[in-house]
Amino acid sequence: MEEQIKTTCLHDRHVELGAQMSPFAGYDMPIQYKGITEEHNAVRQHVGVFDVSHMGEVRVTGPDACRFVNHIFVNDVTGAPDGQIFYGMMCREDGGTVDDLLVYKVNDEEYFLVINASNIDKDVAWIMQNADGFDVKIADESLYYGEVAVQGPEAEKTMIEVLGIPVEDIKFYNFKTFDLDGEQVIVSRTGYTGEDGFEIYGSHDFTRKVWDKLMEAGVQPCGLGCRDTLRFEVGLPLYGDELTDEISPIEASLSMFVKLDKPEFIGKEALARQKAEGVKRRIVGLELEGNAIPRHGYPVEVNGETIGEITTGYRSISTGKSVAMAMINKPYDKLGTEVEVRIRKKTFPAKVVKKRFYDKSYKK
Amino acid sequence: MSILKEDLRYAESHEWVKIEGDIATVGITDYAQHALGDIVYVDMPEVGDEVTAGEEFGAVESVKAASDLISPVSGEVVEINEDLEDAPEKINADAYGAWIMKVKVADAGEVDALLDAAAYAKLCENE
Repeated sequence: MEEQIKTTCLHDRHVELGAQMSPFAGYDMPIQYKGITEEHNAVRQHVGVFDVSHMGEVRVTGPDACRFVNHIFVNDVTGAPDGQIFYGMMCREDGGTVDDLLVYKVNDEEYFLVINASNIDKDVAWIMQNADGFDVKIADESLYYGEVAVQGPEAEKTMIEVLGIPVEDIKFYNFKTFDLDGEQVIVSRTGYTGEDGFEIYGSHDFTRKVWDKLMEAGVQPCGLGCRDTLRFEVGLPLYGDELTDEISPIEASLSMFVKLDKPEFIGKEALARQKAEGVKRRIVGLELEGNAIPRHGYPVEVNGETIGEITTGYRSISTGKSVAMAMINKPYDKLGTEVEVRIRKKTFPAKVVKKRFYDKSYKK
Repeated sequence: MSILKEDLRYAESHEWVKIEGDIATVGITDYAQHALGDIVYVDMPEVGDEVTAGEEFGAVESVKAASDLISPVSGEVVEINEDLEDAPEKINADAYGAWIMKVKVADAGEVDALLDAAAYAKLCENE
């Protein structure tokens, strides 16, 4: 039986705006409105808004909330002030990545987890099945929350002037809860674009009101197409490309988020071993000579032998270069290593580079 | 609403063909450029290559994805549109002006099997 495609609370708005719609993570989502390039540039230069209501939200509460989050999460939330946000992963015992997520610390007994839409069912099951022995309550609130992301150098100004939300005191990777329109709304200084920006979590009604105000003010609606080009340019991973059940955070070159000095967490042994002994393969950046564009799944070769594959690739909109992230076998992962990317019938020379193709400009 | 030209023939894979003598000029349709979005790269054949009807001869790439180009005719490539190397976005601006390759057609009968404008319009409507 074919599964029914889901829609977000802003679906009718996207259709009215004439967006090109496409299924993503089980949702009928806007890929682009005007065009990926124009939307991408709006976020890099001014401001744009994304419907990210498909994302999942899980609330963990109870006396053991802090200890439990530290058990399922590779980053360390111990001792953090209320209102801080952590990026990190949930891993399996073998180090494979269940999902990458944000953890919002409300207080020592309450954490708000934001997870990928494609993984909601898997994550909730995983979180539940690992909660034995912890005094916590786990609530999947994904169906309650809508979410929009306001991103770009003019995001703060837009939040204040268009939405009337006083965000100037919210620091990068922090959030505040506001009482707006009779409900509790979560606003964080986070995003997935490499620019300053905010993410707003509220009811479907509230989310529609926010969206409509932003549209009336002429803010550029942005689709998932440019969300991917923007995150890619600043080297941020996408679950399914750079992280999967089979790819560990160490292999994804994200070991800075794995806190091996914590007493315990699921996957610690495997990840500690990978870090100590080294991994066989790793995500790196590639820069191609010429104009051909590397795409997900294209083979990377040395002397005709496949030594890896592209995980995400684009002609960078911001720099014009053909660049990619790729999973490459050692020892070909070293900076400056010359490799070839197979694109259809031909191969193109490429060089291993840092996987940040464009500098982030966060407001800290 | 995408633009159609009455004097062209069309392939189901969204290429157009203009026949002048035994030379077929090939491009992609306005419908195709619209569906692809911002075109950033055209992978073209080389002059002298043999192309075969129904088989891939290159690719046109938007920001998001690569899409194979399927040759509507068989024959030898006699010219490619070098303008597209530096300005692939010309296809977005004028899909019927920004041709991709010219082919010396081996079998004129192949052209008769292609769709006319009305049949192609119907195909697009049903997609």
